[in-house]
Amino acid sequence: MTNIIRAHNLVKRFDGFTAVDGIDFSVRRAECFGFLGPNGAGKTTTVRMISCVSPVTEGELAVDDMDVRREARRIKSILGVVPQEDNLDPDLSVRQNLAVYARYFDMPRELANQRVDESLALFQLVEKQHEPIWALSTGLKRRLTIARGLLNQPKILVLDEPTTGLDPQARHMVWQKLRYLKEQGVTMLLCTHYMEEAAHLCDRLVIMHQGRILVEGAPAELVEEHAGREVAEVRASGRQRERVLAQMASRPGLTVEEVEDILYIYARTADSRAQMADLILDSESVAYHQANLEDVFLRLTGRGLSE
Amino acid sequence: MTIALRRLGIRLPNVSYRAYRVWQRNRDVYLRLWKAEAIWPLAEPLITLLALGLGLGNLITEAELPGDQRYIEFIAPGILAVFPMWAAAGECGWGSFFRMENQRTYHAIIATPVSIEDVITGEILWGATRGFISSVYILAVTAAFGLLHSPLVLLVPVMAYVAGLMFASVSLSYTSVARSISSLNYFFALFITPQFWLGGVFFPLERLPEELQVAAWFVPATHVVEIYRGLVEGHLNLGHLGDLAWIAVVAAVFYYVVLISMRRRLIQ
Repeated sequence: MTNIIRAHNLVKRFDGFTAVDGIDFSVRRAECFGFLGPNGAGKTTTVRMISCVSPVTEGELAVDDMDVRREARRIKSILGVVPQEDNLDPDLSVRQNLAVYARYFDMPRELANQRVDESLALFQLVEKQHEPIWALSTGLKRRLTIARGLLNQPKILVLDEPTTGLDPQARHMVWQKLRYLKEQGVTMLLCTHYMEEAAHLCDRLVIMHQGRILVEGAPAELVEEHAGREVAEVRASGRQRERVLAQMASRPGLTVEEVEDILYIYARTADSRAQMADLILDSESVAYHQANLEDVFLRLTGRGLSE
Repeated sequence: MTIALRRLGIRLPNVSYRAYRVWQRNRDVYLRLWKAEAIWPLAEPLITLLALGLGLGNLITEAELPGDQRYIEFIAPGILAVFPMWAAAGECGWGSFFRMENQRTYHAIIATPVSIEDVITGEILWGATRGFISSVYILAVTAAFGLLHSPLVLLVPVMAYVAGLMFASVSLSYTSVARSISSLNYFFALFITPQFWLGGVFFPLERLPEELQVAAWFVPATHVVEIYRGLVEGHLNLGHLGDLAWIAVVAAVFYYVVLISMRRRLIQ
């Protein structure tokens, strides 16, 4: 079986509230699979069900051919979980954090020591190994959390918002490590609402909204299909806005999405770029960019805040 | 059979040897902090023996206490019982709440093959260990006062562990429903502190009004103090088996309660 995770009609309800509403997806071995969506879309809940820390309400969910309802311990032994929150052990040193965690997987001490050394080296934490956790920067803590998730050499690495709150240097460092792991054949699940991250790392992804999957595909395909090639980002209000919108009727190749005071105008095909070119955009500011995942996301999940 | 039970809505607790991993984690943290942790179980009994045993004790005539004891001799077994109670209950109260909510340690652990029931069990085993450690320190202090004569006192740490299992289970049960760390104050102010003062440590229970005596009998610490009096004075009797049974029942009931209530809280 090339699919390492299979979900069929997966449902999660909390006291009458449906967080995940009958979704289907499968994750192939050695790919990086992304869950995108606004807060409350159901992505973390889905990943928590996969990680066997949240019981499935209905439907089927198999991880490496094991049923999450029956084989939680065995599934958890092949997963590496990198949670969104920092839950390192603040009273222990960097090295002890890893050693204690390795014990949860029943790793013999020698093997654990060896893995801890490898992890420390891979994540450039060797010099920090005897430091207490409180002395680490956010970026170092993240690296340590990922290093911890890899100790058991997981078949599947589950990453929930792995770079939220990191500065650009630290974020790129984390991405580089994750790409390296992917080359090593580790399957990755990535939950994020950070589009650049998803585009950067994911082979395939789903965009979730209100507990359902809206679309599934490779990032480039999704951009091509839902946002097209070029996007004009026009900040306009009042009469300016009306004037821009009035021109749309004669330009069928363009699509407009309104988000707050910004109009996003999408050119979906090659000839529509010409229609874009002679638009008269007399407004406060205009910027053009290549269509990206964020455009797909905004188009599909709608404008404004969902909360 | 497991499946048959599950159909009936009964779920067997998923406890395994991995509880020991949780115990080891707590031990490792303790070993990093042990110097700061040692001060309470040494200072508190010392101060109590000085203030109450010697200070207040000089005002109390021996004839008023059973067996013509000096007051300091009377309170020594109780002190061996109640300070470890604080240690075990505190560990599974403030300590566990802090690990669970502030440090998210439980969440980190249950992402591994360790189950939530293992975590609970490990926490209780560790809480009891804190009671054990505390009782060893206090034994040293009371021995230094020359208050220990019977060889049976060697069983005190064992008993501290058993009683610790009970106090830890009760305390963790409360923690499992506590909304905030300050709401633990209710538990300690209304449950642990009365046991400390009214559990027969500082005065013979017969001095209480009769209704209160009955109430005191239901209080777990009373039975622990009874057993310790036997151990320190060097004579155990069948009544102590009853005390032990009561402790076992309370421990078992609350262990079961906390298994269910923690799962409900954390596995959603």
